Amino acid sequence: MMIPLNRRRESPSQTAGPYVHIGCVPNFCGIEGVYPHDLGDTMVNDQTKGERITVTGTTFDGTGTPLKDAMVEIWQADAAGLYNSPSEIRGTADTNFTGWGRKAGDYATGEWNFETVKPGAVPFPDGRMQAPHISFWIVARGINLGLQTRMYFPDEDNSTDPVLTRIEHQNRVPTLVAEQVDASTYRFNIRLQGEGETIFFDF
Amino acid sequence: MSNRKPAGGFFMRDTAWHPPALTPQYKTSVARSPSRALLSMPQTMSEVTGPVFGHNILGDLDNDLILNYSQDGTSAIGPRIIVYGRVVDENGRGVPGALVEVWQANAGGHYRHAKEGYIAPLDPNFGGCGRVITDDDGGYEFRTIQPGPYPWPNRVNDWRPAHIHFSIFGDGFAQRLITQMYFEGDPMIWQCPIVDTVPSREGIETLVATLDMAATLPMDARVYKFDIVLRGRRATIFENRMEGT
Repeated sequence: MMIPLNRRRESPSQTAGPYVHIGCVPNFCGIEGVYPHDLGDTMVNDQTKGERITVTGTTFDGTGTPLKDAMVEIWQADAAGLYNSPSEIRGTADTNFTGWGRKAGDYATGEWNFETVKPGAVPFPDGRMQAPHISFWIVARGINLGLQTRMYFPDEDNSTDPVLTRIEHQNRVPTLVAEQVDASTYRFNIRLQGEGETIFFDF
Repeated sequence: MSNRKPAGGFFMRDTAWHPPALTPQYKTSVARSPSRALLSMPQTMSEVTGPVFGHNILGDLDNDLILNYSQDGTSAIGPRIIVYGRVVDENGRGVPGALVEVWQANAGGHYRHAKEGYIAPLDPNFGGCGRVITDDDGGYEFRTIQPGPYPWPNRVNDWRPAHIHFSIFGDGFAQRLITQMYFEGDPMIWQCPIVDTVPSREGIETLVATLDMAATLPMDARVYKFDIVLRGRRATIFENRMEGT
């Protein structure tokens, strides 16, 4: 008799559906008085270290129509490149920065906005540094398994990033790089399907 | 910090076990499914770390949907139930400190939402959201009313079985999961195009909560058990040790 592994299988994903707001951002959808504020609505305070930036964007379907019912979560390092996480062992991250944000798209336009700081660089497992980036997770009606992607910055040197340089179809890399709107604002549109389809990862 | 430890990488996600992106019987997926293959990449700190949600964010009624939106102190209308279970990982270990957020329709199958169009009425005392953070063993529980089934615009006469939506945040960003819980014995589970996106009957059955009559509160509330499994982690200290160091 061999040693049994006794592994379980991950619970299968199901779509977040059109009413994800009720559970995840109830104040946004008018359900007030249950939670004091929506989790992830604020990532920074006036003591947060680093360069303040706004990251905005819209999620589009394969017909070019904006998704008005998507929810986006982001996770990023602080300005020094440290994650505000118990498993961050390289140092202590800025306690005035959560690193995690959650926003729903506007009902009318589908646009979402994060007020955050520009992340520092974080190493790849082999020790090489990755270019500064923000991790994204996108859920919505019609998305059966949450989509993972990354946003890179147009004003950083992305040429030696270990993830970007590993991508076979280099002509798709620009789908991961935000547009600079002004000195402190970046636009990162996500295209779920078709021309300019954003690269989604399986990590 | 004494409680800090390096996070092992997550086991590979079995994408054949999850629903595929394109599931034409669920029409909205057709234009919202990526047409290119997901790009596989090694996990980095960006994927294996995640935020912590302390128990201090919780209010006393956060896990009590029967009362947490009550306008006048009376209970929400519907069959009273308690849902409990554990959040575990693929190694079978409880995941402590996981944020479990739930949302659901009311007993008539109507959501409190601007985009809701079903004829069934709102319950003025039911909001439909709740949350809980798992205990040291991964355990959680919340109290609610059993949601109703409802029709939805897909094919001309599609109905959702009664269900509760779950969002689970474990300890790493690449572990993020949203799923739905169904109720044991509901024949509508097997007629739903969204349930049907899960490729195997075995997989669907893991989303069906079991009635736990022994745990039921006499003259008060029935109890359903629902366990959730998140991606497991490799636990070797050798994973990121570089050769020659």
